[in-house]
Amino acid sequence: MAEFLQSLMAYWESFPADLRFVVIATMQILAVTICVILTVAFTTYFERKVIGSMQGRIGPNRVGPLGLLQPFADVIKLLIKEVVIPQKSNRFLFVIAPLLSIIPALATWAVIPLSDGFVIADINAGLLYVLALTSVGVYGVILAGWATNSKYAFLGAMRSAAQIVAYEIAMGFALVGVLMAAGSLNLGDITRAQAGGLSHWFILPLLPLFFVYFISGVAETNRAPFDVAEGESEIVAGFHVEYSGVAFAVFFLAEYANMVLISALTAIFFLGGWASPFEGWSFLGDDSLLRATSFFWLAAKISFFIFVFFWLRATFPRYRYDQIMRLGWKVFIPITIVWIAVEGVMAWLHVGPWARLAS
Amino acid sequence: MAEIQNFTMNFGPQHPAAHGVLRLVLEMDGEVIQKADPHVGLLHRATEKLAETKPYNQSVGYMDRLDYVSMMCNEHGYVLAIEKLLGVSVPLRAQYIRVMFDEITRVLNHLMWLGAHGLDIGAMTMFLYCFREREDLMDCYEAVSGTRMHATYYRPGGVYRDLPDSMPKYQTSKWRSEKEISKLNRIREGSLLDFIEAFTDKFPGCVDQYETLLTDNRIWKQRTVNIAVVSPERAMQLGFTGPMLRGSGIEWDLRKKQPYEVYSQMDFDIPVGVNGDCYDRYLVRVEEMRQSNRIIQQCVAWLRENAGPVMVDDHKVVAPTRLEMKDDMESLIHHFKLFTEGYCVPEGEAYAAIEHPKGEFGVYLISDGANKPYRVKIRAPGFAHLSAMSEMVEGHMLSDVVAVIGTQDIVFGEVDR
Repeated sequence: MAEFLQSLMAYWESFPADLRFVVIATMQILAVTICVILTVAFTTYFERKVIGSMQGRIGPNRVGPLGLLQPFADVIKLLIKEVVIPQKSNRFLFVIAPLLSIIPALATWAVIPLSDGFVIADINAGLLYVLALTSVGVYGVILAGWATNSKYAFLGAMRSAAQIVAYEIAMGFALVGVLMAAGSLNLGDITRAQAGGLSHWFILPLLPLFFVYFISGVAETNRAPFDVAEGESEIVAGFHVEYSGVAFAVFFLAEYANMVLISALTAIFFLGGWASPFEGWSFLGDDSLLRATSFFWLAAKISFFIFVFFWLRATFPRYRYDQIMRLGWKVFIPITIVWIAVEGVMAWLHVGPWARLAS
Repeated sequence: MAEIQNFTMNFGPQHPAAHGVLRLVLEMDGEVIQKADPHVGLLHRATEKLAETKPYNQSVGYMDRLDYVSMMCNEHGYVLAIEKLLGVSVPLRAQYIRVMFDEITRVLNHLMWLGAHGLDIGAMTMFLYCFREREDLMDCYEAVSGTRMHATYYRPGGVYRDLPDSMPKYQTSKWRSEKEISKLNRIREGSLLDFIEAFTDKFPGCVDQYETLLTDNRIWKQRTVNIAVVSPERAMQLGFTGPMLRGSGIEWDLRKKQPYEVYSQMDFDIPVGVNGDCYDRYLVRVEEMRQSNRIIQQCVAWLRENAGPVMVDDHKVVAPTRLEMKDDMESLIHHFKLFTEGYCVPEGEAYAAIEHPKGEFGVYLISDGANKPYRVKIRAPGFAHLSAMSEMVEGHMLSDVVAVIGTQDIVFGEVDR
């Protein structure tokens, strides 16, 4: 047996290095993508259960034990439904739009460090890559709204375009603060800069930026209370009003993948990513699992933020389109600019929690 | 130069915020509404005409189906008009029962309005919270009439039967265990009055809960304050009634101004708004729920103490009981006549109006002395409100149209009739 494995390894080693790299990278990509898609599936279940309990309902409990198979039932239903392409739509754009929104949502995961040492592409411009890809996602929405050739979808697309432009800027400025604090664009390095326990996390010195970033994230993913682009009661479903079957499923997948992504990014930028909150607590024992850095801490933080998404949805009414614009341009952008200045001055003067930030 | 055109949008009749079958043709400049043109008639069922073809009593059921979220109030308007023509006076206990169920219906309607208004503005949870309480009130309907919505409980001369001593109960199912069922049935052990009393005890807490979610919520206020402001003068010119008028600051309530039944003996306040915007109308309706709760409590207290008949003892109008019919010749004749021909109403005309949850609901009845009305005209409050739609939404944005539809509390059953 051992000999067989050795011969297998030898055979593997005999491949050219480039080919081996391609194979390994492909496997990693597949693994992460499948995990993200499964996460999305159970996020929908989680959402229905969480909102259900907040609203005094039960939520799905029929398909499988505790309703756990409900997401798969939904997927199968969507897969076997007909995809209707409206006659007067632009067929090419209509079909390509869902892809344009799902691809960036999944591709961003390439630079997300899932644990210390595991990241598909450890690039130095990781943060720029993230910003670039999350901005590309809006093309899917705009093209879908345009290609559908429906007034409701068109309004949704217009709203979404304006909204994402506004919040993209606030988000970018919030990340400038993170960038200043960590002194690196690499997501792994940003996480490592927060090592050393709860008090070292960026959430403390960058608290306003944390809120701005997360709320902008909610707006960016078109989730309640910023869901004007698909505002159920106003423009029915906005940009994806005419999509059905698989095409709709892809939009749905993209929305939830983005939600998980924003949660992961918030955890990485402000809550130390994979770092344990008990890192500095020596009384837990040297080899305590609670102190160890692990993927599970990141997963726990992501789950928390996803929960916050649902919590917001169950609590708040929807903003009006112009009020969202006002919040983005007149509140968030000034806050971030002011706080970047505060952060710079404080770090320069070595005051309080800012003293530790990269110099 | 390119020609700039307004954007015409068809809002409804199949739209999640159309409250049934509203069709609005919106003329928009970007997202700003220039003109809104409501099209009605998609739920027209010719109720008024149908009522002309049937003996008086058989139309009571149609009244339920007018405004299908405040069923008994519609019946009340209709039976009041008939009683006015007949000159019948209703027994006191029946009057108290009617007032109690009018107020239960008002709460039922306002809960539906609050849930739908919340859902329109995006507060999804409100809808489910409101329906949780509506469920209990529906059970009251069920206990008293056997049906949860279209009760047909009020009859000319009183109400169909006295309040029952037991409540319908939940039964075990695959999804509900014995334990859950016994918990659900705990407040259903006693009589209907016990159940209603238990409800009125907990209901103010529920209203507090709704208000926690909405009243001071910044987003809710941004969406409703200064939206669709109607001045008091304009509100009167437009024929507004009910909370729409009171929201503009005019203290007009038929329960106080022209008391019918036993409202004159009830202790309650009439909330009025100040600015006449969506937020004020919201506050007025929420306060009305609290006041209705007070009235229900007073009725329960009276009904516990005072037994008595709930129907007039006049077999020319009211059918004898089955027992009497079986062993009394005259009763048998009455029974036969009432269930074939019905009763004839003296020639004349009458208008009876009640303070319906949505405003003044009036029934104008003309009788030519036959067993069927010559003409029934229903004055539905929602119709007048809907006709102010364009004026209320002009200059606001598309999202506000939804808020205005919510604040008008439109139900198409009564608008289209």
